[in-house]
Amino acid sequence: MALFKKKTAPSGVDTTANAAETPDKHQPWKELGLKEDEYARIREILGRRPTSAELAMYSVMWSEHCSYKSSKIYLRQFGEKVTDEMKKHLMVGMGENAGVVDIGEGWAVTFKVESHNHPSYIEPFQGAATGVGGIVRDILTMGARPIAVMDQLRFGAVEHPDTARVVNGVVSGISFYGNCLGLPNIGGETVFDRVYQGNPLVNALSVGALRHEDLKLAKASNPGDLVILFGARTGADGIGGVSVLASETFDSTGPSRRPAVQVGDPFAEKVLIECCLELYKADVVAGIQDLGGAGLSCATSELASNGNAGMRVQLQKVLKRDESLTPEEILMSESQERMMAIVPKQDRKKFEAIVNKWEVEFSILGEVISEPRLYINWGDEEIVNVPPRTVAHDGPVYERPVAFPSYQDALNADTVHSRGLYRANESGTDLAAQLWQIVTSPNQASKSWITDQYDHYVGGNTALAMPDDSGMVRVSETSGLGISIATDANGRFCQLDPYQGARLALAEAYRNVAVGGAKPLAVTNCLNFGSPENPEVMWQFKQATAGLADGCLELGIPVTGGNVSFYNQTGDVAIHPTPVVGVLGVIDDVARRIPSGWQDAGNNIYLLGTTRDELDGSVWAEVIHDHLGGRPPVVDLAHEAALADLLHGASLQGLIESAHDLSEAGLAQAIVESCLRFNMGARVWLGEISERDNVDRTCALFSESTGRVLVSVGREDDVKFVGLCEARGIPVLRIGVTDNSGELEIQDVATFGLEDLRTGFKATLPALFG
Amino acid sequence: MKIGVVTFPGTLDDRDAARAVRLAGGEAVSLWHADSNLQKVDAVILPGGFSYGDYLRCGAIAAQAPVMKEIIKKANQGLPVLGICNGFQVLVESHLLPGGLIRNEHQHFICRDQKLRVENVDTAWTNQFALNQEITIPLKNGEGGYIATKDELARLEGEGLITFRYVDVNPNGSMNDIAGLRNERGNVVGLMPHPEHAVEPGFGPDTDAAMRSGVDGLLFFKSVLNALVNA
Repeated sequence: MALFKKKTAPSGVDTTANAAETPDKHQPWKELGLKEDEYARIREILGRRPTSAELAMYSVMWSEHCSYKSSKIYLRQFGEKVTDEMKKHLMVGMGENAGVVDIGEGWAVTFKVESHNHPSYIEPFQGAATGVGGIVRDILTMGARPIAVMDQLRFGAVEHPDTARVVNGVVSGISFYGNCLGLPNIGGETVFDRVYQGNPLVNALSVGALRHEDLKLAKASNPGDLVILFGARTGADGIGGVSVLASETFDSTGPSRRPAVQVGDPFAEKVLIECCLELYKADVVAGIQDLGGAGLSCATSELASNGNAGMRVQLQKVLKRDESLTPEEILMSESQERMMAIVPKQDRKKFEAIVNKWEVEFSILGEVISEPRLYINWGDEEIVNVPPRTVAHDGPVYERPVAFPSYQDALNADTVHSRGLYRANESGTDLAAQLWQIVTSPNQASKSWITDQYDHYVGGNTALAMPDDSGMVRVSETSGLGISIATDANGRFCQLDPYQGARLALAEAYRNVAVGGAKPLAVTNCLNFGSPENPEVMWQFKQATAGLADGCLELGIPVTGGNVSFYNQTGDVAIHPTPVVGVLGVIDDVARRIPSGWQDAGNNIYLLGTTRDELDGSVWAEVIHDHLGGRPPVVDLAHEAALADLLHGASLQGLIESAHDLSEAGLAQAIVESCLRFNMGARVWLGEISERDNVDRTCALFSESTGRVLVSVGREDDVKFVGLCEARGIPVLRIGVTDNSGELEIQDVATFGLEDLRTGFKATLPALFG
Repeated sequence: MKIGVVTFPGTLDDRDAARAVRLAGGEAVSLWHADSNLQKVDAVILPGGFSYGDYLRCGAIAAQAPVMKEIIKKANQGLPVLGICNGFQVLVESHLLPGGLIRNEHQHFICRDQKLRVENVDTAWTNQFALNQEITIPLKNGEGGYIATKDELARLEGEGLITFRYVDVNPNGSMNDIAGLRNERGNVVGLMPHPEHAVEPGFGPDTDAAMRSGVDGLLFFKSVLNALVNA
């Protein structure tokens, strides 16, 4: 196709003048993923056909990934379903690179999760590595020093021949990139399920800390300020969809194939982090934006649009790794480790001194103008002339069709009871065998084979990390002020009921923060779903976002930002809806944090909350019976809030030695993990649970009823602790005692040697992937 | 006492090392890779990380940095120098310590609480330990496998220069379970595990007494202060 070559300017680029002269030229909008009406709208905005550079910019900025066009109408409720009280700690809400929360003492924290699912399937190592790099730059962009990372991973079935490739690639990619950045990896999730076989989920979270006055925003508002691109050079990586366009303009001198997955260099990013922090300290940056998805197209248009201003940019000034890059490719390149700064002219020398010190390359691309228009030149020729807002913020918005899934009623009716799935209530031996099978199953077994590949010490501020329920880092070395984060998502529950599923994820992350002794403060999310063009998927999305927004309102903690990842499916089969919910907590002194495991012999073990017959969608149903159906456990967020208050109060008074949340695989899993954390034995009885809550032994061990926590209390604090629970109306039951026996005895079920348990618990993943 | 902590591009544990110095009672002074001025420090720490992206070979480029020329000169005159992890690799690449460090035998990066035996206490950095004391400090590396020629190993063993040896688990396939070395004079010490991550209760390795309460690393930094006071 030589369409772009016809009647172009002498240099071969498609100029705005040329576009005005050749209105009827065919353009590959369809191949770039635009719809016919979207292309028509671009022509209407510009009053002419777009140049090929403009078409490239619009197509990528109006893509689902950048524009949130299918999700926008639902994401609004995160900003609407809030009270003034919820906004109290919110310094920056949704819409910026990451939300910022005031945690007191003049400190603020910014945190966010982002998906890198599709690249991580194609090229697991680089996909996961650049996922970490991207989210860390988002945090850095807010003016914060990144202080920790976490990752939320979903892989296909362990026995599938392709799973080991993805697992090993993703884990090494995160290890490689995160470790080289010097950021402690403090937690995350790993789940195996065949629904993720052709579409693994690789979500990465980062958190950063800043002083209130250091907050930076991505905006260019002062005319005359310089537009500076710095960091790595721009190459041909990550060009993705624009290669369609590029292939039309390429002749035989250009590279023939462009990699769609970006390649990361963590060393460049580490240097960039330190360089940016020094620039912030010197106060020479008026606005800053990282270059991630959509590269320069995104950075230029967003900075200008956010600042209600415009920009003049000379694209030939961009430092390139490959001189054959076309202007369109430069605009679209997703080369990593690049940042764009808006620098007042008088600070230019100071800026240059700092980037030179760090040996970071930079080039001044142009300047900010008051007219809200983005002009981009290639040499003397104008190739872009657009209102930046129409690129960055006024993209299309869709109200996609929504349909209640045809399979949903049948799925909900197909319960553990209706199937009559075997419960081993009468046989201690069978119950013990089920427990062993569950705790050594890939999803429940120790993840240390993965987490041991991540540095969780660097920085010297890690107060809690895996395998504890949340990750916690100290922010202030003088006061001990710190933050904690937990993330959760249960795709099986969400498949059964996406509204409740999202609330369950929220409740669990909230509880995980609370058991560490922190006070939950804010929420982020990463919403992983199938194709928005499938009305049944859209129904799941609608339900899940409503559930999360309602849940946050009920708990009184705001959503500060998030990310949506659609099109997670193989052929027509979507993944289970997987809304990853992250809860941020604050703790006045990390020295007060509570471990998840039993530390001392002779402590009493208490179960807080009540156990119901809730096995539908559970790990027990999955591992023992390979069953998914029925309805997920009920969520009582008022109870969760009361429970969190109780834990906070008890930890302030120093009444509890340990606290561990009950979730997947219920009490059985919590008991085993509490024993193995510090190698402490215990004797546990189930009779009183069964009697008080009217449930059988299978439920007592494996039910996944929410709002439950296992705590251990020193004998001297017993009376006080029980009194506190009773005063606050939290059901409390003594179900065991810790001891030095080296065994876990579950009365009338079995006695396990801790060494055997540990060996089994730790052996699963290395045997599969090591 | 002023202890210099070097920052190369890609250094990660410099702030941790500086904190360790302060907690031991010393004053930490930041040294920049491109600056050959050692600011009259009394000792130097080369902290962990991935200096210059570990391009070429771990520590190889850092060994050529302006600051290293000065450190090598002063180390040969007796300046106490501690190389931790990447810093150990830099010392080896600078020929201040013999041998080499290669990719872990199992090919993975590993982060774990590691037990070591302190086999030599006649150094600037270990004089506060008891001979053969067993300590636990974090280990985290991808390229920590110590290698040396047969003759070199025999010399190191014969002269008692092996300062730290892995106990229970050899985490990276190091020859003779070697975790760290000293030079003949005892002023230069290098090791793969990280003493600076075990200096403050609440942020170190787990111990039998309490979660993250291990501070076995603190004695490295107290040792050098002691050595300097008594010098």
